[in-house]
Amino acid sequence: MRAVEDAVGVTIPDNARIIRNLLHGAQFQHDHIVHFYHLHALDWVDVVSALKADPKKTASLSENVSNAPWGGSAYYKNVQQRLQTFVDSGQLGPLNNAYWGHSAYNLPPEANLMASAHYIEALRLQAKAARMHAIFGAKNPHLQSLVVGGITSVRDLRPDRIAEFLYLWKETQDFIKNVYIPDLLAVASFYKDWGAIGGTTNFMAWGEFPQSSAEPQSLYMPRGTIMKRNVGGIKMATQDKVTEHVQRAWYEDGKNLHPYKGETRPLKENPDYRPGGGKYSWFKAPRYEGASCEVGPLARVLVAYANGHKDVVPLVDGTLSQLDIPVQALFSTLGRTAARGLESVAIGNAMEGWILELVGNIKAGDTKTYQSWDMPNSAQGVGLNDVPRGSLGHWINIEGGKIGNYQYVVPSTWNLGPRDEKGQLGPVEEALIGTPVADPKRPLEVLRTVHSFDPCVACGVHVIDPDSNEVYKIKAL
Amino acid sequence: MEKEQKQFYERLEQKGVSRRDFMKFCTFLTATMGLSSSFVPKVAEVFAAPSQRPPVVWLHFAECTGCSESVLRSMYPWIDELVLDILSIEYHETIMAAAGHQAEENLQMAMKKYAGKFICVCEGGVATKYDGGWGKVGGQTFLEIARDVVPKAAATITIGNCSSFGGIQAAAPNPGGYVSVEKATGVKTLKIAGCPPNPVNFVGTVVNYLLLGKLPALDELGRPLFAYGKTIHDQCPRRAHFENDEMVTEFGSEEAAMGYCLYQVGCKGPETYNNCPVVKFNDGTSWPVEAGHPCIGCSEPNFWDTMTPFYEEL
Ligand code: SF4
Ligand code: SF4
Repeated sequence: MRAVEDAVGVTIPDNARIIRNLLHGAQFQHDHIVHFYHLHALDWVDVVSALKADPKKTASLSENVSNAPWGGSAYYKNVQQRLQTFVDSGQLGPLNNAYWGHSAYNLPPEANLMASAHYIEALRLQAKAARMHAIFGAKNPHLQSLVVGGITSVRDLRPDRIAEFLYLWKETQDFIKNVYIPDLLAVASFYKDWGAIGGTTNFMAWGEFPQSSAEPQSLYMPRGTIMKRNVGGIKMATQDKVTEHVQRAWYEDGKNLHPYKGETRPLKENPDYRPGGGKYSWFKAPRYEGASCEVGPLARVLVAYANGHKDVVPLVDGTLSQLDIPVQALFSTLGRTAARGLESVAIGNAMEGWILELVGNIKAGDTKTYQSWDMPNSAQGVGLNDVPRGSLGHWINIEGGKIGNYQYVVPSTWNLGPRDEKGQLGPVEEALIGTPVADPKRPLEVLRTVHSFDPCVACGVHVIDPDSNEVYKIKAL
Repeated sequence: MEKEQKQFYERLEQKGVSRRDFMKFCTFLTATMGLSSSFVPKVAEVFAAPSQRPPVVWLHFAECTGCSESVLRSMYPWIDELVLDILSIEYHETIMAAAGHQAEENLQMAMKKYAGKFICVCEGGVATKYDGGWGKVGGQTFLEIARDVVPKAAATITIGNCSSFGGIQAAAPNPGGYVSVEKATGVKTLKIAGCPPNPVNFVGTVVNYLLLGKLPALDELGRPLFAYGKTIHDQCPRRAHFENDEMVTEFGSEEAAMGYCLYQVGCKGPETYNNCPVVKFNDGTSWPVEAGHPCIGCSEPNFWDTMTPFYEEL
């Protein structure tokens, strides 16, 4: 949408910008909660061990570390019983055959029970949080109120709708601050060694949440690149420096191309997995100035930190000192997982101001949500932003009033892309090197790092252990 | 049974959901399913105390996981109840804790243990060109997996447009030869159409199965009639504007602000069978036409080809 808006030269009205920011902010809140509790927590939390917990001790632990609105030993006893009934039923369902009891699980039973209870609470909370999208976006998932030129939900700019949004926003943000962050810190304190595992080298963020029509200057989460972990040497990122490389991907060989010139020519065959020097991935390998870059929460938080961001700097510094770990520990699996939580706080907090801005506009009689535009015969446009998983760019060429070429470079392509013609590793590949694996048949530790990227790919990641040379197939979800 | 029901209501109340709210939902679901009100207490029973949780094997093919995400938004019953108390999800790539070999083992074990008894839910289209080589899980093609698992199920529900009709990857020129699960396997499937579908329609189908021991009545495409029996147009609150020729001709206009009919900006409501205007999404919060956006026809076969351009009049 932003790519087409750039191509046709339309600036969307203020209200449309604010509503898009609110919808996207709600997406960050929602996604990060779901990622932490439902897609990542079980790499750190042993649900089976929770059955051994003392509900009383769990209650006092939970009172100590979190401000959750529920708790008490009766509550934890209830949760434990429910889990026990579930296990006793003999139908373990989604919990079946996981790595329970693995030696790399460090949490005491009580912390496991607390986290398991919050896993269930978060399942419900996320369904409520998604209603924010339905208010101005018709439904979730797959919102349906966004059009080139603005948004269509003009009839929902009503006090009752805005109040409903505000209420859901508050409940979600309270959960982030009172449950998610305390859980994150509590779990992290048992896994501090993961502050030295799973790091990468280069970072890139397009940034997101324009506070006016001036981009990138007004982005709440700023744009930039950090190379070789040199936080002080941060630079502005520009779209012309992006290329995609296909030598190791299942596409016809070709030059390294900028997305405006990009080609998508998949091999017309049943592709073979050819490690060593051959092709082995459906992802192209995106590069920034020829370098592979990590994108996502850690990249965004580092870029904001380097920029002296007024909300992000205190959050990061506070967390480092609370966990008593050095700044270097940010370049890790732990740092990535922590960054996701910290930016949820910052972005969620900022949303309140956006809601008030919207109310102010409506009060002043401005309800404009759409700007009309004309389709040019030929034009070119780019849309850059950052979504929960990382930097997303769309490039369009319009020819004869139709799409001539369209390319997008998405977060998981940046993070999970394969090697390039020079043999340079993709970020996830790099992050996995040196991961300690206690039991090669049950590589829990590998899952931790892969999941910390929030990969969006229902496919296989192939991991080779350089010592035993065994090949494992690990499903990354 | 009674004890379990009591516990169930206690749990609900702890969550701030009163027994009355719960019965209200059961009435809503019973009505959505097109059953008479005498079924309301029975529907409630299904949620309160299933005797044995029916095993479900959920397969992912070429898709975006939007349909799973949609089911995750289920609020009555809450998704944790669906997963922990009502169904037994034996295999589901996104939510199961197991990974890699252990995950694939779960699939094999479930198929053996529950042969002929499990419900198979499929999400996503199946690649058929190049021996199905454009879509694999753990080295096996979607085509092989579908042909192995689907015939062993008691019934197969295809959720979403992709598994039901091929979806976006089957849109022209369809380079990977993607087809629906029904085409790929030759087994008739029940289709919860939509992109993604309303979770209420999935839950309604499952409840029908648990309650009556059979799947609901279907239209000729395999969609349950309780949800896909009428067009959007026939249930749309803007229908009076259509009849009066009160039309939106541009987004952002006076007419758009007044909630006129979206036919001329591309609404596909007249040719789309679904219950969005009645049940709405996310606990009845809204639906596309209410948000001022035309219906794009997402519950119809091949809508990427047949319903585009989305913003041009039918
Ligand atoms: S039917 Fe739609 S929502 Fe479901 S997987 Fe396909 S594209 Fe996604
Ligand atoms: S908005 Fe669409 S569904 Fe509603 S009356 Fe108009 S054409 Fe029909």
